[in-house]
Amino acid sequence: MSRTVTGNLVQGPATLMYPKRPREFTKITRGQVNNDIETCIACGLCSKRCPVYAITVVKGPKDNPTKDWEIDRLKCCTCGLCVEICPKQSLTMANHYFPPVTERTAGIHKLHHTPAEKPEQAAGQEVKKEG
Amino acid sequence: MAKRNIIPFGPQHPVLPEPINFELVTEDEKIVEALPSISYVHRGLERLVEKRDFKDFVHIADRICGLCSFQHSMGYCQAVEHVMGIEVPERALYLRTIWAELSRMHSHVFWMGTGADAFGFESIFMQALRIREAVLNIFEETTGGRVILGVCQVGGVRRDIEDDTLKEIVKRLITIKGNLEKISTVFYNDYSIRHRLEGVGYISKEDAYTLGCVGPMARASGLDLDMRALGYAAYKYLDVEPMVESGGDCYARCLVRIRENFHSIDLIRQAVEKIPQGPVAVKFKGFPDGEYFSRVEQPRGEVIHYVRGNGDKNLARFRVRVPTFTNIPAMIKVLVGSEIADVPNIILTLDPCISCTER
Repeated sequence: MSRTVTGNLVQGPATLMYPKRPREFTKITRGQVNNDIETCIACGLCSKRCPVYAITVVKGPKDNPTKDWEIDRLKCCTCGLCVEICPKQSLTMANHYFPPVTERTAGIHKLHHTPAEKPEQAAGQEVKKEG
Repeated sequence: MAKRNIIPFGPQHPVLPEPINFELVTEDEKIVEALPSISYVHRGLERLVEKRDFKDFVHIADRICGLCSFQHSMGYCQAVEHVMGIEVPERALYLRTIWAELSRMHSHVFWMGTGADAFGFESIFMQALRIREAVLNIFEETTGGRVILGVCQVGGVRRDIEDDTLKEIVKRLITIKGNLEKISTVFYNDYSIRHRLEGVGYISKEDAYTLGCVGPMARASGLDLDMRALGYAAYKYLDVEPMVESGGDCYARCLVRIRENFHSIDLIRQAVEKIPQGPVAVKFKGFPDGEYFSRVEQPRGEVIHYVRGNGDKNLARFRVRVPTFTNIPAMIKVLVGSEIADVPNIILTLDPCISCTER
């Protein structure tokens, strides 16, 4: 028993002192899904495949081909099916999870692309929380 | 004439990981009747199968339970593969076996921790969870998730593990085995643990067989029931031996789980030696039409997955019969006649997984 006691005293706490020490993710940890709206073709396959219906894709009419892509990050179950099926590989999965927020609506991430203009991101709904 | 009281155990109780209710009718301190009631976490997952594509439903089957997560998706995939006649490649079978045995280990180690916490031994709880972290790190490095693995798919598995990683896993398991041996000696030798667990919650072999016990609860009473002997996944190539004890009481169930841990480490080592090269998934076409029962040995016992398809992309029916549900009648039999102070111990040696019971 004394060996266990001295061992525990020397090694220190077994828990990670988060957030003082950062959490190390592996390369393949499943985390939040991001989209590159420039290469996205708004086919809607990701939205059809998503088992929790977290992604919504809206394509504008032929004379005004806007692209709207929206994901509810709090619904996303990080299964990775959308990333697998995307035909243009514009969806990527980061290896860190989406940080906690204080309201349900803050998890919705919207992207909008209008042709022949720089892509803008809808200002009101997107949340970036650092640290 | 003793006065009867009704004392509710649950649905919220410090030792219970998930909500289940037992109304205990006691006379002075002995229990004369126990009335169970469940359905505090019913989510209606079986109805959801009619609305989702059968290939994507694996991710929902994964989330039926946290501790037995991988075995649920494996059972579902096996059932659908049998209905459609798909042959899974050998390497995928071995990988599924490795993940299933790691799943069994992390569930049993977690049980050891919570079981010890139930009779007041909090330091074993902390040490057991520290050991479990090593297994969860292996999961994260090979599949991307710590608890919900999301790695099984109809036709094989989604990810491969390289051979170097497999050898690294076996090396880490040797360290884990050393730590497990330290905890197990406490269970074998400590006077207060044996005093609390021996002779408590006895169920005889005939009663266990008639009431339909499965899993470690049946194996602790002398019944030789282990679904891995059926030879699904890669178990037909490995040396599986069911760990059987004859005590029938809480202490015997403890010993069964501890011995199963070491046996799992041995099985993983055997699987890593024998794993062949090859593809990990096979493509297929079509929709399932037919029905099948698939049986898998979860950490808590035998789980039956029933799948019925009628040629559509959504399945017609998906039914899961969980080992905890089968063990509840035996639990009632054990509770009648015991002391009220032993009730948390007895219920924890059943290892209730209520999320599975009411999906």
